[in-house]
Amino acid sequence: MLVLAALLLGPLAACAPEDGSGVQSQKMAAIQSRGKLICGVEGTLPGFSFVEPDGRYSGLDVDVCKAVAAALLGDASKVEYRNLNSSERFAALASGEVDLLSRNTTETLSRDAAGGNGLSFAPTVFYDGQGVMVPVASGIKGLKDLAGKPICVESGTTTELNLADRMRELNVAYTPLKFQTSDQTYAAYLGARCVAVTSDRSQLAGKRSSFPNADAHALLPEVMSKEPLSPASVNSDPAWADALRWSIYALMQAEEWGLTQANVDAKLSEAKANPNLADLRRFLGVEGDFGKQLGLPSDFAFKAIKAVGNYGEMFDRNVGPASKLKLERGINRQWKEGGLIYAPPFR
Amino acid sequence: MGSNLTPPQLRRGGLNGGDNPGLSQPPWWRNRLLIPWLVQALVGFVLLLLVAFLLGNLVRNLTAAGLLLSWRWLGQPAGFDIAESVLPFQAEMPYWRGLLAGLGNTLRAVSCGLIGATVVGTLAGMANFSSNGLLRRLVRVYVELVRNIPLLLQLVFWYFVVFLSLPNGLAALQGPGVVLAKSGLYLAGFHNGLHWVGPQLVNDVWQAPLRLSVEFCALLVGLVVYSGAYIAEVVRGGIASVPAGQWEAASSLGLGWLASIRHVVIPQALPVIVPGLNTQYISLAKNSSLAVAVGYADLYAVAETTLNQTGRAVEVIILLLGTYLVLDLLISALMNALNQFVRIKER
Repeated sequence: MLVLAALLLGPLAACAPEDGSGVQSQKMAAIQSRGKLICGVEGTLPGFSFVEPDGRYSGLDVDVCKAVAAALLGDASKVEYRNLNSSERFAALASGEVDLLSRNTTETLSRDAAGGNGLSFAPTVFYDGQGVMVPVASGIKGLKDLAGKPICVESGTTTELNLADRMRELNVAYTPLKFQTSDQTYAAYLGARCVAVTSDRSQLAGKRSSFPNADAHALLPEVMSKEPLSPASVNSDPAWADALRWSIYALMQAEEWGLTQANVDAKLSEAKANPNLADLRRFLGVEGDFGKQLGLPSDFAFKAIKAVGNYGEMFDRNVGPASKLKLERGINRQWKEGGLIYAPPFR
Repeated sequence: MGSNLTPPQLRRGGLNGGDNPGLSQPPWWRNRLLIPWLVQALVGFVLLLLVAFLLGNLVRNLTAAGLLLSWRWLGQPAGFDIAESVLPFQAEMPYWRGLLAGLGNTLRAVSCGLIGATVVGTLAGMANFSSNGLLRRLVRVYVELVRNIPLLLQLVFWYFVVFLSLPNGLAALQGPGVVLAKSGLYLAGFHNGLHWVGPQLVNDVWQAPLRLSVEFCALLVGLVVYSGAYIAEVVRGGIASVPAGQWEAASSLGLGWLASIRHVVIPQALPVIVPGLNTQYISLAKNSSLAVAVGYADLYAVAETTLNQTGRAVEVIILLLGTYLVLDLLISALMNALNQFVRIKER
């Protein structure tokens, strides 16, 4: 009976009162007491999250983890990465095994809804679309040429459903070969078991960059779907979701205002010296209490930018034209340049 | 100490109390009949409380998370395709049809695997007692090699290394009535009634009355080779349990090796072999869920996709657990019946 009593009382004891910050977040309290952020990433996708030869993680998704760690803990290196496949990712997030999912996850209704996966999505960090990659030598020019052919696809992804929908629309019969991890999927494709592999176009480009003969594979022009890839947290902790959302908006706002990793120190001294720069002073935490409202340190935006640079720098470094992936900014430009990257006002 | 040696019946006042009306009954806490029952009842009660607490906890937390068990999703359209299926399935059919199709695929792999592994295991087990030293050593190498490598690795080996390096088209391996290509195993069979048709190459694609996908072949070969090694050991143990005198008696009757093992040794070894086989058969059924690693759409693979699309993790896992439990209990019941049948009947 003592054991029983302990079991019954255990959860009550864990609900300790928060400190006086006014922001109630068990998750943020847990991350702060642990001293590091546990971030779920894909781990095998060049440009997004990939383990470099020296053992360090790099990529756009990884930079999001670093920026959030810098904003919350003041140190971008305090991140523990967990590689998750598409099927594990939501269970890992829901069970609290990871604090944050930064793993090229498409935001959808059923994933967001409380009656579905119950996630809370942060701002989209990459607007993508589903594409199809085929060997150039196969002579396949469009989806209709894939009739009766096996197509490799990773199971448990929106890709799988989009493919089924699109092929049903076109009335094209095909064989979906589903694999649990992206490595298996691309191994089967490179083993020529399927004549095509379908995924987000960014992922296809990323994987192709690691192929031995990248030029022998081409993306079909058709874009099958909208894939807004967004970081996510559980929707049971709104304060943590807000902190996450605004840490990422800060990176986008920084690009809009021309703050970079290199000049943010100078901008901070400038803001401190000049009381007329009210927007910048509030943004960098010189005045106001934006950080406190979110339950973050007042200089969270400064720390995040200092750690990974602004959104444009993150994009260029990991996936942009100068990187191995050679992706154009396209719709991932700032709204002022006609793109979709838009941070709401820091007010 | 002396009292401990008295037969228990004599000390149970309740039983022989009638013979000694003068003796008073022992108090209830020294009643040897009552106390064990009380202890059992108490333990049972605590166990029930614990289970009730855990279940209540589950339901409470699931309700709080808005995830209370619901089965309505089973009737919704699945929206994904399955590469191959014994039962007909299309994307617009409901989830339960998809899961049923997956179960059909699992049963196909398990039933073929059971037969194959039994044949391989029995032959290899018998070969341990062959007079041919080379054969004996080859069997030892097979058993030791296969038993000591994880099944997942073996499946990945069979699929990615062996089957995916097969040639396609004209270069495929061809035999009378059978063609083995990267796209599958093609077998001759009856077509449109009584026409015996072999595999034919049409537009560089093989066609035949019976086609097995390489995913199925890789899974089947992997399971047969792996379980075959264990069954070989069970068979070897069974045969070794038959006294050497039986072999000598058989040969003194003029029976050859095969006749001795078939008519004298195996009938006596079966009662030892069958319980061991039961364990191996159950393992094989459970191991079939590794099919997802080689892209075969078994129950587990379909359930995983379903779980991802619906977000109904608890329900899907309960379904999976229940199905594999029933499958294994069925195998076990059949094997127990067989065990009764092969038992040595003492006359």
